Amino acid sequence: MTRPSLLSRSPLTLPLALALAAALVTAGCGGDDGPSIVVYNAQHEQLLDELAADFTEETGIEVQLRNGKDLEMSAQLVAEGSASPADVFLTENSPAMAQVERAGLFETLSPELTADIPEQYRPTSAAWTGFVARSTVLVYNTDQVDEADLPDSIMELADPEWAGRISFSPTGADFQAIVAAVLALEGEEATRAWLAGIKANGTVYDGNNVVLQSVDAGESEVGIIYHYYWYRDQQESGEVSDNSELYFFGNQDPGAFVSVSGAGILASSDNKPDAETFIAYLTSEAGQQVLADSYALEYPLNPAVELAPPVQPFGELQPPPVGVSDLDGETVVDLMTEAGFL
Amino acid sequence: MLPLVYVVVTSVSYGGREAADFLFRDRIGELLWNTTRLLLGGVALSVVLGVGAAWLVERTDLRARGWWHGLMCAPLAVPAFVNGYGWVSTTYAVQSFAGAVLIVSLSYYPLVYLPTVAALRRLDPGLEEVSASLGHSAGATFARVVLPAISPAVLGGALLVGLHLLAEYGALQLLNYPTLTTAILQQYGTSFTGSAATLLALVLVTFCLLLLGVELLARGRRRHSKVGAGAARRPSRVRLGRRAPLAYGGLGVLVLLALGVPLLSLARWLVRGTSTTFDAGQLVTAATTTVGLSVVAGLVACLAALPVAWLSVRHRSAVTTLVERSTYTASAMPGIVVGLALVTISIRVVPGLYQTLPVLVAGYVILFLPRAVVSVRSSLELAPPSLEDVARSLGCTGSEAARRVTLPLIAPGLAAAVALVSLAVSTELTATLLLAPIGVSTLSVEFWSDASSVAYGSAAPYALALILLSVPATWLLGRVSTSGGDGS
Repeated sequence: MTRPSLLSRSPLTLPLALALAAALVTAGCGGDDGPSIVVYNAQHEQLLDELAADFTEETGIEVQLRNGKDLEMSAQLVAEGSASPADVFLTENSPAMAQVERAGLFETLSPELTADIPEQYRPTSAAWTGFVARSTVLVYNTDQVDEADLPDSIMELADPEWAGRISFSPTGADFQAIVAAVLALEGEEATRAWLAGIKANGTVYDGNNVVLQSVDAGESEVGIIYHYYWYRDQQESGEVSDNSELYFFGNQDPGAFVSVSGAGILASSDNKPDAETFIAYLTSEAGQQVLADSYALEYPLNPAVELAPPVQPFGELQPPPVGVSDLDGETVVDLMTEAGFL
Repeated sequence: MLPLVYVVVTSVSYGGREAADFLFRDRIGELLWNTTRLLLGGVALSVVLGVGAAWLVERTDLRARGWWHGLMCAPLAVPAFVNGYGWVSTTYAVQSFAGAVLIVSLSYYPLVYLPTVAALRRLDPGLEEVSASLGHSAGATFARVVLPAISPAVLGGALLVGLHLLAEYGALQLLNYPTLTTAILQQYGTSFTGSAATLLALVLVTFCLLLLGVELLARGRRRHSKVGAGAARRPSRVRLGRRAPLAYGGLGVLVLLALGVPLLSLARWLVRGTSTTFDAGQLVTAATTTVGLSVVAGLVACLAALPVAWLSVRHRSAVTTLVERSTYTASAMPGIVVGLALVTISIRVVPGLYQTLPVLVAGYVILFLPRAVVSVRSSLELAPPSLEDVARSLGCTGSEAARRVTLPLIAPGLAAAVALVSLAVSTELTATLLLAPIGVSTLSVEFWSDASSVAYGSAAPYALALILLSVPATWLLGRVSTSGGDGS
């Protein structure tokens, strides 16, 4: 009894697979012989796709992007150590940069490279530089809350009157940066109490986009997110933001914290001149304009470039005076673990 | 085993005292409780749905059975995270324990359904007739004759569901249901050292071992193969009669919940999002890459599974069982743990291969080998060794007997193994991000990149492509499960 088996019915399977594999190998190598750099990119992928295309046009240097998330990529860089194929590392928030810096993997940047970026957005060590920033905001459901009833400070969200009304995403690099700002401004005890308060009051989601959805759907009245999630959805379709508005704390409140996205050159890079050209372009007026014009809606840090309305102007944010070197990511993780978020 | 060693070594660097402090606290208790009840609820519901649907399709006088069979398999083609998103964007009520159990079961019940259908097909109706002639009611016959006979298939399916649930991340993240796995991913996303996360991974591996132990106990030492083409005769089908509307209704609701909801919400995305102006070239490249990687990893995993399954079935001993079971431990760990282990090892041992396809494929195989082992093993178990003995007594050499007798018998199982692994690879995310050659992107990578930056409109085409590409593998699995009874 020879039953026609499924494998014998398709004798092409194996050769086909091998051909595909071969095609993949050649695709992965990229036949170009021109200068090129490898960028480990934890910033939003679409943003860097646009920027890299413009950079290559200007300079002839190809950019190979490897995309991921802040702390996963920094963990990968640390695991790779000096053998890393990366030339440049870009993040969304500064704690991941600080981790790579602590591992001693960054090349110190020369002052003229980052001259366009204001001092408070660079670490004192010059191991890396900020290039764009995002503002903490409170998104609120317009059917449920009146703007006048919103708190003056993010610290008030830990008060009992907000019980069951707030949501946020404590996991991931975004919220961690916000807690680091609270820690730098208010001290350890106040931060511990604040974390306990918002844990008791709030619903926890995984991801700022989920927080935005939940507020827009009326699942919770207010949520802590970064500004661009709301603006981007407005641009996209308004599907998850039409029932909500943004509230900026301002007034140097911890809730007005501006988190800096960082860029640095790896000490192990075998192509430092081209990597430097990339950093110079990234912080230059031309590069920053590309960032400002993109869908990303993050704030350029070069003062010569402004985001177009309706995004709240950078100059009106009134952020608290926290430098990127003041943020203590490790204590934040300890406090958040203690509070039971992790 | 490498990832397991890596996990143990990294965890040890944590120090006993700190590790204890980290592990014995409320948050970990909450995660354990969540994982346990999701596992119990999800596996139980999947078994009920899978066995129930299989019985209705195989053993009743349901009309259009071919169509129903196709529809019952189809949810396999919809990745769990797409299903999760479809549901969350429809109602927030699913962000609860009950919702999580429902959605993971809707995504994974075909893993029980498929082997059960296959087993029911192959089951000799004579056994049931004997039981009936001895005065047993239909219900008693099902419980005392049919269930024991199909139990290896159901258990294998349940084990697969359990393993999927332990490693599931995307859907549960969207459903806001924290488990050990989501916590591990979050640890990597928030903290600076992987050691806390690897500690959690160890807890997860312990879970996996428990699951394997339970399955092993339930499996027992029985042999299930038989000689002769007993199932060539069609079993008599139960007449549904007045219960028919109930059966059609039940299956209809199942299809609606498992397929209708995610597909409708996908359609809504496509229409609504303005970012739908997507790059067709990028989509095609990502789709080709996904297919290539899936098929290659599927074939390699299938080849790797053969000796493991062979040993565990034909030379069953404590050692071979241990070998077979050890392949499961890595698969219970999230992709990022296995991925980082391979980063650490490959960049030091074989720097030339770092971030190349061989290492990526190795990662996939480590992660998904059990899926192949389960299906190869269950087909080997049903291939009687005595047939090989007969072949040898007729003068075949050992390899000839394997090629001419056993291979044709287990070929459907091998095909199913390739298909199952391919499906898993096409939706894998975190290991792909860490290990893929630079510039190589898959559909699920593109989907997550868009979905996490709120560009649902541009994420939708990738989700749709992923579903379409999964159709052939799903079809193959559906075919394989019913091929047993069609033969000769």
